Amino acid sequence: MYAQLVETGAKRLKTMEEMSPEEREFQEKVDAETKIEPKNWMPEGYRKTLVRQISQHAHSEVVGMLPEGNWVTRAPTLKRKLQLMAKIQDEAGHGLYLYSAMETLGADRDEEIEKLHQGKAKYSSIFNYPTLNWADMGAVGWLVDGAAIVNQVVLQRTSYGPYSRAMVRICKEESFHQRQGYQILLDMMREGTEEQKAMVQDAINRLWWPSLMMFGPHDDESPNSQQSMAWKIKRKSNDELRQMFIDQTVPQLEFLGCTAPDPDLKFNEETGHYDFGEIDWQEFYDVLKGNGPCNRERINTRKKAIDEGAWVREAAVAYAKKQKQRAQAA
Amino acid sequence: MSEWRLYEVFVRSKHGLNHKHVGSVHAADAEMAMENARDLYTRRNEGVSIWVVPSDTITASASDEKEVLFDPSEDKIYRHASFYELPDEVGHM
Repeated sequence: MYAQLVETGAKRLKTMEEMSPEEREFQEKVDAETKIEPKNWMPEGYRKTLVRQISQHAHSEVVGMLPEGNWVTRAPTLKRKLQLMAKIQDEAGHGLYLYSAMETLGADRDEEIEKLHQGKAKYSSIFNYPTLNWADMGAVGWLVDGAAIVNQVVLQRTSYGPYSRAMVRICKEESFHQRQGYQILLDMMREGTEEQKAMVQDAINRLWWPSLMMFGPHDDESPNSQQSMAWKIKRKSNDELRQMFIDQTVPQLEFLGCTAPDPDLKFNEETGHYDFGEIDWQEFYDVLKGNGPCNRERINTRKKAIDEGAWVREAAVAYAKKQKQRAQAA
Repeated sequence: MSEWRLYEVFVRSKHGLNHKHVGSVHAADAEMAMENARDLYTRRNEGVSIWVVPSDTITASASDEKEVLFDPSEDKIYRHASFYELPDEVGHM
């Protein structure tokens, strides 16, 4: 998931008549649901938009390991610790699937990671919130991965072949994440002490709104959304996806015996959907701009990991070189 | 013929799917490998795209490494969604 604001460079949509023959052929292919592959001709704006979106997505997977990493040494049992490590390992894997999909567009992995470290590239706002108690691990799996799944299931049909195939692989693995999260909460609600139950409600109170923000701002008539939809990079609007998530999540919330911190959340018999309150957009933009509770800490941790791992990469290159020289000498 | 390089052939059967390994061909160069692969492996509409890759550029895992490489994931059943039992009332997750 996790691309919340992607610049497409479009000022307005071109009509078919205004397109060059190449652009027209490309658009017809997209309209016919034929996947675009790395060696096919594509408009420069399409390529750039995808690099932005896929790199944001990949960065989110990688930074997303940090809030959970906080609980590896604090997991209540060995079983929960193994599960958590398996989940974090999956997130690393998802980041790698996505970086390699991005590289098929001619982008350079190191350069894109450098942009993240310089604050020029974004990642999902959700990972700038702290994980304060063990129930957060349940709530992250259930709500955050749940929101990611809603978005990613739809992205399996995105127009760019390598991105779409990465999504298929990721979606197969995500279900474990969400189920393990929900089970953590269910166990706490069923067998926990009053204090432990209160931790579950506290985690939901803190993570509910940030999870809804994951889908990005309201859809407007902005050329970026229109262009992304026309290119079928995006398949459903932010608001549609958010509604899908809420509709499937509220019954699960009720089954837990918990509540959402939203007095306006109510099933609407007429529409068949849940109505809900307005998101605090000021908070969303603040976090996106770098002023969330953990933005600085997250980037510093990533930088530190790269810097302090430099000797490992250097050693690997030196070893490979030495092996090659030995093989040549023999 | 054996002086010619061996190429592994990968065919994408349908738009949107991965290329899959189908076999190999001998050829004097990559262009000829492509032609040979087309003639040999896609005579009945089997594909929409072909990759040919020189076989000697592929590093493969050895068959006697199978246990070392793949057994460790066998006892990690908690990596599967089905490991987490949820009541029916929760619905599909």
